[in-house]
Amino acid sequence: MSKKLLSGPYLVWMAGFTVIPLLLIVYYGLTDRTGAFTLANVVSIATAEHSKALWLSLGLSFVSTLICLALAYPLAMILRKRGVGRGSFVVFIFILPMWMNFLLRTLAWQTLLERNGVINGILTALHLPPQTLINTSGAIILGMVYNFLPFMVLPIYNVLCKIDDNTINAAQDLGANFWQTLTRVWFPLSVPGIISGITMVFVPALTTFVISNLLGGSKILLIGNVIEQEFTRGSNWHLGSGLSLVLMVFILASMALIAKYDKNGEGTAF
Amino acid sequence: MNSIKNRIKYFVENFYLVLIMVFLYAPIATLMVLSFSGSKSRTQWGGFTLRWYLEMFESATIMNALQNTLVIAFASALIAAVIGTAAAIAINSMKPIPRTIIMGITNIPMLNADIVTGISLMLAFIAFGISLGFKTILIAHITFNIPYVILSVSPKLKQTNKSVYEAAMDLGAAPVYAFFKVVFPDILPGVLSGFLLAFTMSLDDFIITHFTKGAGINTLSTLIYSEVRRGIKPSMYALSTLIFVVVLALLIITNFAPHRSKEQ
Repeated sequence: MSKKLLSGPYLVWMAGFTVIPLLLIVYYGLTDRTGAFTLANVVSIATAEHSKALWLSLGLSFVSTLICLALAYPLAMILRKRGVGRGSFVVFIFILPMWMNFLLRTLAWQTLLERNGVINGILTALHLPPQTLINTSGAIILGMVYNFLPFMVLPIYNVLCKIDDNTINAAQDLGANFWQTLTRVWFPLSVPGIISGITMVFVPALTTFVISNLLGGSKILLIGNVIEQEFTRGSNWHLGSGLSLVLMVFILASMALIAKYDKNGEGTAF
Repeated sequence: MNSIKNRIKYFVENFYLVLIMVFLYAPIATLMVLSFSGSKSRTQWGGFTLRWYLEMFESATIMNALQNTLVIAFASALIAAVIGTAAAIAINSMKPIPRTIIMGITNIPMLNADIVTGISLMLAFIAFGISLGFKTILIAHITFNIPYVILSVSPKLKQTNKSVYEAAMDLGAAPVYAFFKVVFPDILPGVLSGFLLAFTMSLDDFIITHFTKGAGINTLSTLIYSEVRRGIKPSMYALSTLIFVVVLALLIITNFAPHRSKEQ
């Protein structure tokens, strides 16, 4: 009985700083400045400006999630095969960049992508025409993939490490070729990691305002930028909260996905 | 025939690994190079200099932000480690249904978008009448750090053998004494890795700090963000390079030192 009391501070903390704050967003999102109930803040997502930002965010985060998955899965398979130092080393390699500030790392891509930056310098040296790389949707996707790739690699890697070698060998002994093993054995067994990775990339990519700010110039507005501006510049907190409620629909959907496909928490990143 | 095929496969795999590493570490290498460049431009090499490394120690703004960042990271990780470990012990002894509910709440700050967490905390601080500043950043960081500790400690707790703890109590140890002598050494690696993860997350956070900081206080992240429009001072690159190298050295020493004899 006394053991359960140990959760007291935690429960109070979570109630005060997680549950109540989220309820406040719901309250602000569904009221106007006078405190009267209104749906106007949520419905404003349908205005041309806001829906354009939402669709762009959805598109860019969808593409970056796909790219992350395509890059991470073979990577996780190779890392598993090599058995690099049993886990901790792999985590180490992917967590280490976080010790260099996230904003600086993203800013460094400006240096690499700029009109007279490093990549264009290499292109010119090879007598190729320089490209416009910075301030495009492509640059934002690159920034998303760069920042969130570790969150796709780690859960998939962790799930793949739990697959027994004998299962793979059995499939091959029974005559399955590479593709059959991949689609009938590897994929089904790694679903928890894939789903966990997808949500851990998609949610931050969908809601970012920093990456679009730093790599997209000020012309490309994502839904995260719109919300951030309502809170810091426009100071219409009700509108900002209403738009956040729309985002929370997507966040809740990913939580539901996790609950459905990753019941035992196998696909955690850490 | 087969060995050639295997060799090609091995080569392709290595090539892929190298490409990904280049992708992950190219920006970091860029920042390191810039920290030694004599020119303030982000794209021009201005000759080798150590000027920025000296200037950063003289800049009160940078040193102040560094101090805030480190104090917040350390304090929030420590408090999160205490609250989180206690919670993990309690959760471990719960029945399945309350356990599922609490783990669901635990997952909220991890799965929720940072911008929503940041905004919701800001609204709550203002509603509770807490003025935004150092305190609120600390509370916010503790909030998103606790789940990392719980998720690191819980698996270790599941592995501990309950009978050893019960045996200690049968032999006359008080519950608290038995816990610290028997259970705690077993879960210590989980507590430490949770602490380290929490520290890293706190150090790297920008978005939640951005919304909960208020005017007049900066961490390194928010200071960098405020400098983006005017152009980042190269001293920032110097400081980050220094932090990165120190952490890398510390991690290599603790992880790969040849004293692993006591493992299992």
